[in-house]
Amino acid sequence: MEPKNKLAVFEAAILPHLASAYNYARWLLHNQSDAEDVVQESYLRAYKYFRGYHGGDSRAWLLTIVRNTSYDWLRQNRSSQLVDPIDDSAEALDITDYSNPETVLRQRVDQDLLRQAVEELPIEFREVVILREMEELSYKEISTLCDLPIGTVMSRLARGRKRLQQKLAGRLNQEI
Amino acid sequence: MKCEESRSHLNAYCDGELDLTDTLELEEHLRDCAACSLAYEQLGSLRTGLRSESLRFQPTAAFESRLRTSLHREAGARPQKLYLRWLVPALSAAGLLIVFGLFFIARSPSDDAVAREVVSSHVRSLMAANHLIDVQSQDTHTVKPWFDGKLDFSPPVKDFAEQDFALVGGRLDYIENRPVAALIYQRRKHQINVFIWPTASRDSRPVVQVQQGYNLIHWIKAGMTYWAISDLNVAELQQLQEELEKQ
Repeated sequence: MEPKNKLAVFEAAILPHLASAYNYARWLLHNQSDAEDVVQESYLRAYKYFRGYHGGDSRAWLLTIVRNTSYDWLRQNRSSQLVDPIDDSAEALDITDYSNPETVLRQRVDQDLLRQAVEELPIEFREVVILREMEELSYKEISTLCDLPIGTVMSRLARGRKRLQQKLAGRLNQEI
Repeated sequence: MKCEESRSHLNAYCDGELDLTDTLELEEHLRDCAACSLAYEQLGSLRTGLRSESLRFQPTAAFESRLRTSLHREAGARPQKLYLRWLVPALSAAGLLIVFGLFFIARSPSDDAVAREVVSSHVRSLMAANHLIDVQSQDTHTVKPWFDGKLDFSPPVKDFAEQDFALVGGRLDYIENRPVAALIYQRRKHQINVFIWPTASRDSRPVVQVQQGYNLIHWIKAGMTYWAISDLNVAELQQLQEELEKQ
């Protein structure tokens, strides 16, 4: 492809996903300037590897690159966040009820608290929650994107949601 | 289905990822079990919260523009060439803004008063047939010397018959408490008065305005203030203005 033509095709196919790419990177990295750096780097990589993209879901393709770039960045700059991977096998499912109606109400209204709770989730839970809820990817898509078995995606998502509920209910103090 | 099993299926169920058999069993259980049904409701409200637009981070426009720039640099294309797509309309819009901005900003109260005098002189010249032209000639060598001795300055006089703005003559007029030169041009049936007199003000870009149905263009160049006025449309009047400014 001619450079100019390639750029035009790339822009038409990939630029519309900027909002998703940025939202994902921003939630992974916690702040605007790092997210912008990583998204820019991701787009440059995507442009470079654009020949390797042969149709299919262009957003999932871009998000995979954003994920790889983000993890590269985290390894280089914040490796402490990645040294203690969660145990995917542990943690029996808690079926405690949070039957206080106030809890339900608060979950509905307090966006600031919810935002903070998501920020505080370990990255493994946080990213499946973001990909499922905000980017609306299926289990299968998340599994491909994060290179995880579907069972792991399911359990991380369930545990991530549970932690958020506990956090919002004020029942989990030091654990998160 | 027991509660424990039900809870383990709730996430997949609300994500639409539970298989049909389990879905039917779970739905039956939810109808009978208030606790599980509340848990399902709570999961739903958490998901609604998470999906709220306010929780999403949006890239800034400035970032998007930086990103495009770096992509274009990466593509080895000259950015300005690729920007033409939106740069041209943007510049046209900016141009329009400037024109209209000048239209409103540059119209100082004194300009406004002068514009009214220009309109009056123009109207008067049209009404009194004998006052339109004091010296009737298409020859600049006749018109230009005619002003000598009548004015304390020498107005630039040029014929633009080739551009279809024929010089038909000159006239003395009185604007802003001083005698001024009036050049009369004609295009088709339209008379155009161009008033000229010296000024100490700096050069200024042409400003278009409309007064009492007449189009006026005012500019200052090389120590002379110019007012062109006519019932001719603005675009054609601007052509004459450009010719006059070129000289």
